[in-house]
Amino acid sequence: MTIFGVALLSLCTLIGVFLGDLLGVALGVKANVGGVGIAMMLLIATRIWLQKSGGLNHGVKLGIEFWGTMYIPIVVAMAAQQNVVKALSGGPLVLVTAVTAVTACFAATALLGRIGRERPSDVHDPEEIQRGGDIIAGDLIPDAPARKV
Amino acid sequence: MLHMIEHVFTEQSLVAAFFVVGAVMWISLIISKRLTAGRIHGSAIAILIGLGLAYVGGVISGGQKGLADIPVFAGIGLLGGAMLRDFAIVATAFEVDAIEARKAGLIGVVALAIGTVLPFLIGAGFAVAFGYTDAASITTIGAGAITYIVGPVTGAAIGASSTVIALSIATGVLKAVMVMVFTPMLAKIIGLDNPRSAMAFGGLMGTVSGVAGGLAATDPKLVPYGALTATFHTGIGCLVAPSIFFLAVRAITG
Repeated sequence: MTIFGVALLSLCTLIGVFLGDLLGVALGVKANVGGVGIAMMLLIATRIWLQKSGGLNHGVKLGIEFWGTMYIPIVVAMAAQQNVVKALSGGPLVLVTAVTAVTACFAATALLGRIGRERPSDVHDPEEIQRGGDIIAGDLIPDAPARKV
Repeated sequence: MLHMIEHVFTEQSLVAAFFVVGAVMWISLIISKRLTAGRIHGSAIAILIGLGLAYVGGVISGGQKGLADIPVFAGIGLLGGAMLRDFAIVATAFEVDAIEARKAGLIGVVALAIGTVLPFLIGAGFAVAFGYTDAASITTIGAGAITYIVGPVTGAAIGASSTVIALSIATGVLKAVMVMVFTPMLAKIIGLDNPRSAMAFGGLMGTVSGVAGGLAATDPKLVPYGALTATFHTGIGCLVAPSIFFLAVRAITG
């Protein structure tokens, strides 16, 4: 049933955010430390466990992957509620700091990405990764075999 | 008549938001196909339209939540708010190749460290250059360059003035917006085309909204890898900025 997938996704999110809050308290921080990241790792582990135990049926997959396909629309809604007016009216200190920080981080990404950069053939399972990309892009073909694009 | 339509939109806020976002996506895909021959991703255009609407909404309402501050578009606040955003981000993890994620784990950790220290140094440096001399202000502006959540959390913890906290939020928000807009343009140049570099990117940029938006507009298959590291960024920033970084700045400024 689809709701089992949605419920499983909720459970992973709730546990992850709870653990992130606990971690924040343990470290004495007024913030959630990696809650969503922990939830993501829980979901990755759950998928592997379901695959091995044969519990990964059509409904469970649909319930989780539907929310993956809604990712981009949700990001668009997120963009539509940013405080863009404030971002653009911050004055020179805000402007130079943000521009320099973003430029430096882009440069650092280029450097880090190049260290031990792998050839496309080294990627573990390109078809599976591409299929994941299609779902996040909004294309849900349940149980479709991995395909090349 | 108009009043009744307004009433429906207000009452059915989330449903209305589905329609509004769907319409934006549809227009964006048409623009992408017809005007750019598919060269610019439909989602990149949709995010730009979203940011544009946020600006218009902010000007009209004078509020802080862009389009969501206009009552008929309040559902946008729920659909794009932290709850559903995080829920959808977690869902993308279902498409993660665990082997790829584990291979890039170390790079993610290194990226998180650099992504916290580097923006802080830049923010703190410019704060000094613009004439701030007290440790609390310098640290808070530096923290704002990490993300727009780290800035105010740090400022409140170490007692910075509200003006400085406002500056730190503005810096972080501008950073998030710039990451959303420029990532698709720079992706090729910085080699952002595989899970490994996406994990480095997430850790370096930090801002979850910036990374989520930037990668969605670049290549959806990279989203979960970038998000995985980015979601640790704010927590780590909130951990080190008001403590280690503040003490270091205070030791230097005296």
